[in-house]
Amino acid sequence: MPALGADMEAGTLVEWLIKPGDWVKRGDVVAVVETQKGAIEIEIFSEGVVSELVVPVGAKVPVGSLIARIGVPGEAPTPPVTAFPAAPPTPAPPPTTTPVATALPALRGGKITPAARRRAAELGIDPAGLLGTGVEGAVSVADVEAAAAHSAPVSLVALPPRRAGFDSAEMRKAIAAAMGRSKREIPHYYLSHTVDLGAALAWLAAFNDSQPVPNRLLPAVLLLKASALALREVPQLNGAYGDGGFKPGPGIHVGWAISLRGGGLIAPAIRDADTRSLPELMSVMRDLVQRARAGGLRSSELASSTVTVTSLGDRGAETVMGIIYPPQVALIGYGSIGSRPWVVGKRVKPRPLVTVSLAADHRVSDGHIGALLLIAIERLLQEPEKL
Amino acid sequence: MSASTQITYREACRQGLRDALLNDPKTFLMGEDIGRYGGCYAVTKGLLDEFGEERVRDTPLSESAYVGAGIGAALVGMRPIVEIMTVNFSLLALDQIINNAATIPHMSGGQFAVPLVIRIATGGGRRVAAQHSHSLEGWYAHIPGLRILAPAVLEDARFMLAAALADPNPVLIFEHVMLYNIEGELDPAVTSVDIAHAKVRRQGTDVTVIAYGNGLFKALTAADTMATEGIEAEVIDLRVLRPLDTATLLASVAKTRRCVIVDEGWRSGSLAAEIGMRIAEQAFFDLDAPLRRVCGREVPMPYAAHLEDAALPQPADIAAAARGLVRPA
Amino acid sequence: MSDTETKSMIVELLSAIAPEGDFAALVGTEDLRETLDLDSMDFMNFVVALHERTGIDIPEADYPKLRTLDGAIAYLAR
Repeated sequence: MPALGADMEAGTLVEWLIKPGDWVKRGDVVAVVETQKGAIEIEIFSEGVVSELVVPVGAKVPVGSLIARIGVPGEAPTPPVTAFPAAPPTPAPPPTTTPVATALPALRGGKITPAARRRAAELGIDPAGLLGTGVEGAVSVADVEAAAAHSAPVSLVALPPRRAGFDSAEMRKAIAAAMGRSKREIPHYYLSHTVDLGAALAWLAAFNDSQPVPNRLLPAVLLLKASALALREVPQLNGAYGDGGFKPGPGIHVGWAISLRGGGLIAPAIRDADTRSLPELMSVMRDLVQRARAGGLRSSELASSTVTVTSLGDRGAETVMGIIYPPQVALIGYGSIGSRPWVVGKRVKPRPLVTVSLAADHRVSDGHIGALLLIAIERLLQEPEKL
Repeated sequence: MSASTQITYREACRQGLRDALLNDPKTFLMGEDIGRYGGCYAVTKGLLDEFGEERVRDTPLSESAYVGAGIGAALVGMRPIVEIMTVNFSLLALDQIINNAATIPHMSGGQFAVPLVIRIATGGGRRVAAQHSHSLEGWYAHIPGLRILAPAVLEDARFMLAAALADPNPVLIFEHVMLYNIEGELDPAVTSVDIAHAKVRRQGTDVTVIAYGNGLFKALTAADTMATEGIEAEVIDLRVLRPLDTATLLASVAKTRRCVIVDEGWRSGSLAAEIGMRIAEQAFFDLDAPLRRVCGREVPMPYAAHLEDAALPQPADIAAAARGLVRPA
Repeated sequence: MSDTETKSMIVELLSAIAPEGDFAALVGTEDLRETLDLDSMDFMNFVVALHERTGIDIPEADYPKLRTLDGAIAYLAR
């Protein structure tokens, strides 16, 4: 039973998606577990043939309990699937004489194989923004064909039926535990900064004008990408704090705070957010929102964030001063974008402004470092075409 | 009707040589220890007794001299079949092979032909260490004017020699030392083979594995392992290392869209590098994954058994490379 | 499509986004975002769903016209 959050103690197995005899590989979804945060899809990180499902449907077991046995065919059973690592492990190098292939991690950044590009053209699909499962994270023919089979991107007219959905009282308890712990243990300091979004919103309007409705972007995408890119410049704010001190994150995996209808908050990770294009980020965000609300988030999405970004949206308050989600060391918050007075040259003019705030762990960084991040975000948002 | 056609690779080679000596009085054999000793690998055992000293000639310990003599004999119309004990010793005859055998037809404007066949044992795995375990057939495949063959299966061991003798140009036949003892059924329907085409030894849909010689059997073992995992590999036996049957390779890659090349030679500048480049040049848009090769480690061959095994491509390496293309981590 | 049919289509699409909303009590002139607590992602998904259902490409400049039920019905009737 994996730990899907710092405070999770137990989970209820509500559905098995594998059976003995099935072959599983890294990344396959094998079960659905009910937690305080709702129904979460559990991914597996080993490979082999399922030999035994140990826990029956409906059982509630502590984190760390054995729930299934996976064996490599023809060999003695391997150690059982138990506690989930804090971050998904990097792929083990295969025992071959091909040093180039073993050294490269699964990269993002819009790779596509020649065959997949051809297939996408044949099927009339835009390969940009597709998630790749090929070698080195490239979009492969299988990914293109899967996208074609699902036709329209995130069509919300037909939402999948909700699985055993989240219980808002339970979720509230989980949030209370996490936030309580955070305020008790983490010495927060706060910085805030006001950013002129005139250039960014003008660029966005022009971009959206040239796009059909389903491909348009929300301002939140720009804020998310700017946050992720700024963290490249200030890596001290991206990672986790534990017994050994601060450990920088293996990538910039931004937890995107999503509020759930009926109360509740969840922040699934957008992995390698700094390497993804704006359309890809938009598509990922929409998918996460849909799955957060309808059920279907995956365990790796809940456990791998290296930082959290929260945005109040256009109908919220001017500033948000958030609480860091342990074991992260920073939370970036955006208030709502509004037209407010700003000095341009020597005059006061109304401009679309947003207040960006940083809540940071004072054990790991000081105000000077935190300020660098906010200045970087401001700078990045003045050149939206480069995001 | 006839007795079981159970045969060893060694015996298949021997029968090929015997046929050649029986069918054409112009053929004769030359090499170190092939006569009285019966051959370093026992391939020519009994042939001296059957055909006599004129047809089965033990040579002095000088590759350059007797390969040169073979070239001379071929130039005047004989059909010598020269045996070089291993590819390691062929280095002493490189000048003869490359500058004479491969080049005389060209330099003479076609006035002189060199219908020479050289049989060479090759490869590692016998714990004979750095100077006696080379796989240099990839080097020879670099030389215009030579045809390079690598029989792996029994039919090829039996019948490639006859086709090589019919070729008016020099042909080098590389017999992998670990194959001499393999045993199997010879298909009685096969009475000749071509020396132009590669052959698909196992059909598959998910990944193409290209191999030759001993590597072929390792690739087939890897394919069996992968089949238990639901991955169907297509395994191609190159058979002819020069000229390469690129068409067969490209057709397979067009189908599977992924390729692993197995080559016992050292990786850098290997035959696998040439094959990989051809596929990249001509099948780039068919590829759904990067090309991979599994080659010998770039070290002089170790003597210790476990180190030699680690230095050579093994079925697990091939399976891992292929699996990694079909099911990336 | 008649106004009644348009209204039921809009309600259908909105109920997929805000399932707990009280659609029977919806007042035509109220801001849907306030009444149904729709954020910008929800509103965008509504516009996308409208686009997929009707085929109409709605420019961003027209989004404000869709903020009330009456406004949306009138916009789609054109």
